[in-house]
Amino acid sequence: MNQQIISAAAQGAAESANPLVPNVWEMGVVFAGFVVLLYIVVKFVVPMFEKTFAERAEAIEGGIAKAEKAQAEASAALEEYKQQLHDARAEANRIREEARAEGAQILAELKTKAAAESARITEQAYAQIESERQAAVVSLRSEVGTLATTLAERIVGESLSDDERAARVVDRFLADLETQSAGAAK
Amino acid sequence: MIALALPAQDSGTFTPPGIDQMHLPAILPWGASDGFSKQMLLVILSVVLIASFFIAAARKQQLVPGKLQFAGEMAYGFVRNSIAKDIIGGRDFMKYVPLLFTLFFFILVNNIYGAIPVIQLPSFSHVGGAYVLAAVVYVTWIGIGIKKNGLKYFKLATVPSGVPWFILPIVVPIEIISNFLVRPVTHSLRLFATMMAGHLIVMIAGSGIEFLVMQENVLLKGASVLVLVGAVAMYMLEALIMVLQAYVFTLLTAIYIEGALHADSH
Repeated sequence: MNQQIISAAAQGAAESANPLVPNVWEMGVVFAGFVVLLYIVVKFVVPMFEKTFAERAEAIEGGIAKAEKAQAEASAALEEYKQQLHDARAEANRIREEARAEGAQILAELKTKAAAESARITEQAYAQIESERQAAVVSLRSEVGTLATTLAERIVGESLSDDERAARVVDRFLADLETQSAGAAK
Repeated sequence: MIALALPAQDSGTFTPPGIDQMHLPAILPWGASDGFSKQMLLVILSVVLIASFFIAAARKQQLVPGKLQFAGEMAYGFVRNSIAKDIIGGRDFMKYVPLLFTLFFFILVNNIYGAIPVIQLPSFSHVGGAYVLAAVVYVTWIGIGIKKNGLKYFKLATVPSGVPWFILPIVVPIEIISNFLVRPVTHSLRLFATMMAGHLIVMIAGSGIEFLVMQENVLLKGASVLVLVGAVAMYMLEALIMVLQAYVFTLLTAIYIEGALHADSH
């Protein structure tokens, strides 16, 4: 039945022009239309679409890059803060150690100084005592001499007004006393 | 198909429309056999339609597209990525996107005319346009092959590597015929023939329905419903083929270009 249609169509075609023979004017119009359209597409459509695509891709990639950058910055800041905290702790430790050392040093210094001071004071006291003793000895010596002489004068009843001789006698007496006391001290 | 065949079986008077009826009288000068035809008007209209649609869609260039821009981008992206990028690939494909894009939408719109009532005339149901486009493609891919590989291209395209020497006398003529002679012919006739056949079926169905309705026999009148159902089904099929042929034509163009670009690796 299909063949009937085809044969019928073929009968019609047999009387008419060969369908494979083109109309030159139509070819010209199609060619011109195609070239014009191609020109418009090359010149306007494709560049505009490509530009939009590129901008969109850039916007998306730019957003990602921005986010990555922000994240990197944040982690860098965190790292920095951690470092700073670490440094600060170390610094605090160091200062504490230093303070302790310094305290110990100051204490030692003070101790030395106090010891020196006490030694100096002691020395001074000894010296003063010695000098006072010397002075006492000297004054005693003259006083004891005078007293003894006076006493002896009274007892003996004889004036021993010759001072020079009296002093010599007293000195000899005292020297004897000292040697006696030194011997006793030994 | 049975329904379509009925009138031919039955009538003594029914003569199905043929190729002659595919050539409408010219618009200017009115009624002449060789003037400015409806076909030409439609081709020019298609250029205006495609250009204005895509310029309107692409013009705004918003990062977040509106409906029109989105539709345009989808259509453009389909040719760019699904045809040009997938077939040609690599870094070279962008150069051929405009050609493929223009081919696809030029053919698509001119085919779809056949599915629109009143217009109802696919431009490529006349063979001239198909010849022109196939010739443009033919010249393009041979040009690309020569530009890429020099005159050695013809050797690369016709002498397949790895074939024993004694088979070459058979293979080389086959390659020459299939690549350089048959290819443009099939490329153009495939488009033309499908469009013409589709248009012819619509015409035959239409005149068949008219003929049957005019019959006095009630059963024959009723049979026109069968023809109508068959015609609607054929119409759907034709609409599919119209889109498909635009795709096939563009796809083959991409394949030919790819073959010419990479002739040395085939």
